[in-house]
Amino acid sequence: MVDWSKTWDVLVVGGGNAALCAAISAARGGASVLVLEAAPRFYRGGNTRHTRNMRCAHDAATDILTGPYTEEEFWDDLLRVTGGRTDEQLARFMIAESKPMLTWIAEQGVRWQPSLGGTLSLGRTNSFFLGGGRAMLNALYLTAESLGVEVAYDAEVVALDIDGGTFRQATVKRPDGNHILRARALVAAAGGFESNFDWLREHWGSPADNFLIRGTPYNKGKVLRLLLDAGVEAIGDPTQCHAVAIDARAPKFDGGIITRLDCVVFGIVVNKDAVRFYDEGEDVWPKRYAIWGRLVAAQPDQIAYIVFDAPSLGMFMPSLYPAIGAASIRELAGKLGLDPDALERTVNDFNAAVRPGSFDHTILDDCRTEGLTPPKSHWARRIEKPPFYAYPVRPGITFTYLGTRVNRDARMRMADGSDAANMFAAGEIMAGNVLGQGYAAGMGMTIGSVFGRIAGREAAIGARG
Amino acid sequence: MQDNSARAGTTLTAHATPILAEADRLMTVCNSCRYCEGLCAVFPAMEMRRSFGDGDLNYLANLCHGCGACYADCQFAPPHEFHVNVPKTLAIARAESYAAYAWPRAFSGLFARNGLAIAIIAALSVAAFIAGFAAWNDPPVLLGSHEGPGAFYRLMPHDWMAGIFGAAFLYAVVAMAMGALAFWRDIGRPEAGLGEVGRAAGDAATLRYLDGGGVGCMNEDEKPTDNRRLHHHLTFYGFLLCFASTSVATGYHYLLGMQAPYPWYDLPVLLGTAGGIGLLIGPAGLLAAKMRRDPALVDESRWGMEVAFLVMLFLTALTGLALLVLRATPAMGLLLALHLGVVFSLFVTMPYGRFVHGLYRFLALVRYARERRMIADGTAGEA
Ligand SMILES: Cc1cc2nc3c(=O)[nH]c(=O)nc-3n(C[C@H](O)[C@H](O)[C@H](O)COP(=O)(O)OP(=O)(O)OC[C@H]3O[C@@H](n4cnc5c(N)ncnc54)[C@H](O)[C@@H]3O)c2cc1C
Ligand code: SF4
Ligand code: SF4
Repeated sequence: MVDWSKTWDVLVVGGGNAALCAAISAARGGASVLVLEAAPRFYRGGNTRHTRNMRCAHDAATDILTGPYTEEEFWDDLLRVTGGRTDEQLARFMIAESKPMLTWIAEQGVRWQPSLGGTLSLGRTNSFFLGGGRAMLNALYLTAESLGVEVAYDAEVVALDIDGGTFRQATVKRPDGNHILRARALVAAAGGFESNFDWLREHWGSPADNFLIRGTPYNKGKVLRLLLDAGVEAIGDPTQCHAVAIDARAPKFDGGIITRLDCVVFGIVVNKDAVRFYDEGEDVWPKRYAIWGRLVAAQPDQIAYIVFDAPSLGMFMPSLYPAIGAASIRELAGKLGLDPDALERTVNDFNAAVRPGSFDHTILDDCRTEGLTPPKSHWARRIEKPPFYAYPVRPGITFTYLGTRVNRDARMRMADGSDAANMFAAGEIMAGNVLGQGYAAGMGMTIGSVFGRIAGREAAIGARG
Repeated sequence: MQDNSARAGTTLTAHATPILAEADRLMTVCNSCRYCEGLCAVFPAMEMRRSFGDGDLNYLANLCHGCGACYADCQFAPPHEFHVNVPKTLAIARAESYAAYAWPRAFSGLFARNGLAIAIIAALSVAAFIAGFAAWNDPPVLLGSHEGPGAFYRLMPHDWMAGIFGAAFLYAVVAMAMGALAFWRDIGRPEAGLGEVGRAAGDAATLRYLDGGGVGCMNEDEKPTDNRRLHHHLTFYGFLLCFASTSVATGYHYLLGMQAPYPWYDLPVLLGTAGGIGLLIGPAGLLAAKMRRDPALVDESRWGMEVAFLVMLFLTALTGLALLVLRATPAMGLLLALHLGVVFSLFVTMPYGRFVHGLYRFLALVRYARERRMIADGTAGEA
């Protein structure tokens, strides 16, 4: 049982990767540490439960990584995906700090494995967790507990007492009532606000109602809001987030990785008017999957349909729900609730525009359309062999980028430009410092681990004087 | 249009039983996730397929060692609405497959209330040996003490003993071979050669896949421990040593004309003692682990079968060791009847109990040995 009357050295709010890295590093720094996790024990660890890998720079191949991935290359990738919307100094610092993370994380009991089947394109850049994110979390919790870290579940932080830049105490909502918790330092690692529909609606309007949340229902941004209201400087655009197109049949929350669809490049994507709206073959899928959430969010009713034909069916990773199949395009339209004439017209126009080429989905091949708007620049093959298939898709929100501004000690900055005295942040809640927009697979965990470790260390130093 | 009614992952393939349909659903979920790929053989084998027929599912079920790691590591385990519980589902499917392959088919019902069935058969066998001894021998012989070579055979002639146990053993071998054949047919008579058999033997001998992907198996909770593997080794190698002891003794009898009981330093006694100790500690440890096991992982309806087999092994060892220690006392007659009764029932129930798991798992490993090579060569269908 947690001693609620005690004054802790370090209070960590959240129970995911960022929180546990912070808790472990603070405990290793000699601090007494309490972790408050809003979720019940099974759902501990928020979005981290759903992850599989992490992106770390390394100068040489290892037994799990197929080749070097230098800091410079990591930086180039980050620059490209964010379109320059990043804090260069902080981002380069994070990339440098990601290098020792490969061994540090393993020292905390997490085990690595070579990249998973179906994700070979990440084999050089990303390190995969053996058993996935929940296995990773189980290892971190075991290590934290063995270091004396205490954890309370069903413990949502609902109020923070902050005086200028100094944290004093938190109010914790538990099944048995509210508790006041005092600590000498605070690490906020409570995720973004992606599962708070009221907040999403503030910025997206009614389209937000059609979003699906890929991960935890517990990341409601409560702590982020409390911090911003208490004068911490905000960073990032509230509409920026990691969003992909996922199966529209997925549950509202927590459908996880298995609702993703990797088949856009094999077919065409139409909206509810059965009209195409973006180049499906612009670039290889790992570089494009993260734009389709926003693209679908911009379509009427936030719904779209990936349409393809029989030869493509076995060419991509299987997913949770079966494709909807039909013997003809008209019948398919009927099953999807689309206008059959319109879908037939779109498919015919597309087929007529396809130029001959030799299909190879592993490279930017020469199969493209001509005279079509929008074009399909690669992998364009006529959709003509029944049965025809479709997957309905909706925007699947992974996590939001609006956060608290931090410096390289993971210390929060106040809106007046001063540094917070004893408040640190790590993970999604400060992702916007690095990610102004866009995403490269595995960065969510890098941000959490690197800044979590630093936040815990700095919080412990501050608390123990 | 968007149909949410079907449970996530449900496929259109028809299956013989509800548990196979559930196993299909789970394999469809896992195949779109694959996070557990590095934990054991089941997931790489699953990835080679897109759809799962009953034979495939029975193969995967028997390939699973029940280490529990993929439950502790699964983000979709209950109470999540996707309700993914691979260890339990495959355990039930596995147990149902034993009944389906039983020979003769008429006896497949013995799997249903296995604990009770085996207890009754064991009790009857013991009673029959005691009654037989009593009918054959005068009380002074039965309750007297005997010493020196041939002491046991004063209670039961050696040829009788060899005949009864030879027949029971032969029956068990034939029945299990028929079951193995049925399994092999069900999983599509995969191609396999000596190389595969050798690799499978290695995997089975080391329990390579009972380690949760390296940390040890999960039992009570998500903390890995490796006790089950240790206790399984004690049980398995204990059993082999006891078997070796009996074989050596048979050789002594027929080839060297040396009659049991043998002195304590002789090979049959040394092998039997070592094996017996393994068979006491191993099953006891496995039983204790079973008691502590997270109920979410347990197939409650097969509790009896699991326990019955462990208890039978334990009793075999216990009565055997008791016989060894007390063979020069008047208790020998009864103990001999007890031991023979237990061993007899162990043999005749072997094809209808938990023992067969070793057989089917070994065959599944043989098939996997080939698939593993195909995965390594890149000749597997799925990448
Ligand atoms: C399906 C899916 C797959 C993903 N795969 C990857 C991947 O492979 N690699 C990668 O790098 N990233 C991946 N991500 C992104 C990644 O999950 C996140 O970037 C990362 O987990 C963030 O870690 P975190 O610790 O900041 O937040 P989380 O892990 O979400 O933890 C936040 C925690 O705060 C708790 N909390 C919230 N509010 C409160 C409160 N008021 N009081 C107390 N506790 C609170 C939550 O319960 C939760 O435990 C994936 C995300 C999803 C949804
Ligand atoms: S058991 Fe769960 S985590 Fe493992 S592969 Fe299956 S769905 Fe994924
Ligand atoms: S219980 Fe263990 S052996 Fe069985 S499928 Fe899961 S990880 Fe593999």
